[in-house]
Amino acid sequence: MDWLSLPYAPQSPEAAAKQRMATLYDKIWADHLVGERADGQQILYIDQQLLHEVTSPQAFEGLRLAGREPWRLAANLATPDHNVPTEGRDLGLSGIDDSVALEQVVTLDDNCKRYGIRQFDILDVRQGIVHVVGPEQGVTLPGMTIVCGDSHTSTHGAFAALAQGIGTSEVEHVLATQCLVQRKMRNMAVRCSGALAAGVSAKDLILKIIGDLGTDGATGHTIEYLGEAISALSMEGRMTVCNMSIEAGARAGLVAVDDVTLEYVQGRPFAPVGALWDEAQAHWRTLHSDADARFDVEYQLDASSVAPQVSWGTSPEMVVGVDETTPDSVSSGDPHQADSIRRALEYMGLAPGQPITDIQLDRVFIGSCTNARIEDLRDAAAVLRGREVAGNVKQAMVVPGSGLVKAQAEEEGLVEVFTAAGFQWRDPGCSMCLAMNPDKLLPGEHCASTSNRNFEGRQGHGGRTHLVSPAMAAAAAVRGHFADVRDML
Amino acid sequence: MKAFEKTEGIVAPLDRVNVDTDQIIPKQFLKSVKRTGFGDNLFDGWRYMDEGEVGVTPNERRVNHEFVLNRPRFQDAKILLARRNFGCGSSREHAVWALMEFGFEVVIAPSFADIFFNNCFKNGLLPIVLNEEIVGELFEAVEAEENFALRVDLAAQTVATPSGQVFGFDMDGLARDKLLRGLDDIGLTLDAVDRIRAFEQEYFERRAWLGTARERVVLDELDEGV
Repeated sequence: MDWLSLPYAPQSPEAAAKQRMATLYDKIWADHLVGERADGQQILYIDQQLLHEVTSPQAFEGLRLAGREPWRLAANLATPDHNVPTEGRDLGLSGIDDSVALEQVVTLDDNCKRYGIRQFDILDVRQGIVHVVGPEQGVTLPGMTIVCGDSHTSTHGAFAALAQGIGTSEVEHVLATQCLVQRKMRNMAVRCSGALAAGVSAKDLILKIIGDLGTDGATGHTIEYLGEAISALSMEGRMTVCNMSIEAGARAGLVAVDDVTLEYVQGRPFAPVGALWDEAQAHWRTLHSDADARFDVEYQLDASSVAPQVSWGTSPEMVVGVDETTPDSVSSGDPHQADSIRRALEYMGLAPGQPITDIQLDRVFIGSCTNARIEDLRDAAAVLRGREVAGNVKQAMVVPGSGLVKAQAEEEGLVEVFTAAGFQWRDPGCSMCLAMNPDKLLPGEHCASTSNRNFEGRQGHGGRTHLVSPAMAAAAAVRGHFADVRDML
Repeated sequence: MKAFEKTEGIVAPLDRVNVDTDQIIPKQFLKSVKRTGFGDNLFDGWRYMDEGEVGVTPNERRVNHEFVLNRPRFQDAKILLARRNFGCGSSREHAVWALMEFGFEVVIAPSFADIFFNNCFKNGLLPIVLNEEIVGELFEAVEAEENFALRVDLAAQTVATPSGQVFGFDMDGLARDKLLRGLDDIGLTLDAVDRIRAFEQEYFERRAWLGTARERVVLDELDEGV
């Protein structure tokens, strides 16, 4: 066959490292390049695969039907997150009432046992949203290539890891070969100068970026986030930014390694220690774009100009500052865009030109792989301290990103703040971000949500999602409508 | 995987930009551990008036007769005509499975989201990129002509209209060949097994913290606590 005789041309990593003008993406790519085929497709070695119950069963089945074995067991880590219930966790599997969901969680258990893949199961304190668990455990390390059958895998790019969401066929491909066959993406730089104002967070920054770029603005690109506003972010904040790269169309987002990265990673259970740590650190320090690196596309933003953001429509690009209104010029510009704005306003039950602060909320959800880390919970709790959820809000809930985040929040006394304010304190999982478990919106309900997608029906059939930061969600819960958290600090 | 050579079929127009995979197949149907059973729930939120649930058959549902795929003339459509950024959002491959099970063999759009585009090729669904202008003309043609059908020839990389207009489209050569022959990607990669092994050995020499040391942490201490 024609591709059997492909001229593999492995590139020496030293040669790649010496390449001038390399971006961070170029460097990680070169470091993992197994070979290049004549047609330009490249074989990339994958260091780590993360598995969850929803997109892995068909991959394991495929592996079994073809009589193949996983290439490298230690390169895999599994945890159930998408459809686990967030109440009654001590019941374990018997707490899952939905028999179809139960079968999926049990199937993940069975597959992990059968092949000997490490899993943090439903009763493990380390269980949680896969994109919270990986970094928390030090499974995610700088310079790695990481995949998961989940588009928010881009989260791990905060560690200068090339992390990409893949489909189930590719999950199987990576299980079987430890490689991914890809064409290299183009490089895009998103430069954020200045400093975020008090009350304005990483979430507001990335929502603003998506609003500017559009949901397909970065399609075909890997984004690197650069600039002082990014350097000033904690790892949690950087994860929030990278997490939503896919909402601008980019499969992967990256942030360079610095002291903040290394301090976060050191001492995590799966991180290297001793001489290996020193060796790893020396390599990780090189994980940044060269000063003269060239990007195919550049986008700049002054972070100090960013206001707290609220999405008003049914696409993450449909976002404005809390002090603004829904769009009122629906007939202007591109007719397809105008049509989608009109449809979105109709679905959301909003009028053109309506002030964002007029939108009344039925529910508030703090959670998801975007905003369920300890810092997110601290941000929300800071706003809620000494305040209460407004009477018109039927439900306000906090779903921590992992069992360990939950434990830490309890230790820090955050849980008392949330419950005193009237929030429900739940067990970890994806929960109402995509409503595969029992947590969902009813038709027509408006929800202030710290999640990542406001697509039609995402949080429940007919539900109306507004994407916001944790602090803005807390402010909305207290006021019963959107409010500028900067006035509540 | 099923091979794809050519097809001829009715074109169904989906006149919206940024159609996300949550719309193509809503999350409640992702709980299946199988690759089949998604066709009845393709575009569920738009096709039906009521909320879809697993196990409820289409004849028990309230159909949205306004939705384009419910119009009788598009019942047997094989080609979906869409607007830009089709398939954005979630990586769920179920979106591709649902489209194929409904009967679609081809999706034509000015652009696709990366993960969806990639997933198509793993299953034998052909995503064709034609420019905005041509797509716009095709939307008009579908509107104007009942039973408007297109002929798609993958080997020739052409889309032909009933009146004889022919549009060429670009496609990655290897992706095309794999579709034409219905080849298994994993098998192809495993042809390079020696090269992968050699890479891995050399890689773990220079990235020692990812090699056997990590294996010990990940696998050998399976029972150790936090």
